[in-house]
Amino acid sequence: MANWVPLWLHRLGSPPVFYRFAGAVRPWALGLALALGAVALYAGLFVAPADYQQGDAYRIIFIHVPSAWMSLFIYGAMTLAAFVGLVWRIKIAEVVAMESAPIGAAFTFITLATGSLWGKPMWGTWWTWDARLTSELVLLFIYLGIVGLYHSFEDRRQGARAACFLVLVGAVNVPIVHFSVNWWNTLHQGSTVRLVGPSHIEASMLWPLLTMMAATKLYYIASLFARVRADLIASEGGKAWVRELLTREEGAA
Amino acid sequence: MNLAMGAYGFYVWTAVAVFLIVLLIDTLAPLARRRRNLRELRARIARQENRRRPGTPSSHESHP
Repeated sequence: MANWVPLWLHRLGSPPVFYRFAGAVRPWALGLALALGAVALYAGLFVAPADYQQGDAYRIIFIHVPSAWMSLFIYGAMTLAAFVGLVWRIKIAEVVAMESAPIGAAFTFITLATGSLWGKPMWGTWWTWDARLTSELVLLFIYLGIVGLYHSFEDRRQGARAACFLVLVGAVNVPIVHFSVNWWNTLHQGSTVRLVGPSHIEASMLWPLLTMMAATKLYYIASLFARVRADLIASEGGKAWVRELLTREEGAA
Repeated sequence: MNLAMGAYGFYVWTAVAVFLIVLLIDTLAPLARRRRNLRELRARIARQENRRRPGTPSSHESHP
């Protein structure tokens, strides 16, 4: 690995550097996410052909599936950040883990709500205690537990440590969600899009799905960076760099 | 444009609305939180400045 990569990562571990970096990246990530999301939504709702069995109801998957992927992807990113934060005591990593949780909870909620809206016309029920649905609901509760634990401490750093530990414990649920459709006989269908091997989906339906996946990834970056910036103002409030920032913002206002 | 979505308009458009509304709230909340944190910090610094300067009564000590 080139020498500048670890050096750059090391510098990014400094809160003022991360704050500036996040502020510079956020608008681009959000703009690109909005553009890609609009294209994917338009293609998914109007361009892609209707399903031969499900008609137009299947169009919900263009929201449901990328959101479900994000609910697991964000948990993975959060676990990595929590591990780095706990082992190397890097504050930024702790903050990244903590501020990922509400975004993960939002995507998990969207997954459950849109899945329910698809289930009613297709399965004839809003909800069933199927392994995939139940483990996804547990995922939502774990996300909410992490957010709650973080905010229940007077000392933010202590709260972050405790909640990071909960992140690592809760990670056991992620493979359960992912493999539930293989391990148990579920009403929820198995995976259609595969990383390895051919996907069982037409190209005209696949590309809006992958575009939405890219949009939600970029959205996660934008939302995470906005949250980390807000968090750092409060948790680094006593530091000189935040005070400097304050006087600079006053001059601009 | 196929706005009716066959017979499934209600389900499809509600799903789209849930997606957009949840993410809109998720986008706006941290921006408001950052502004609030900045405002609170500014107020805290102002209080500390008051305390440090003897002779300038802060609002709590102004009674005779």
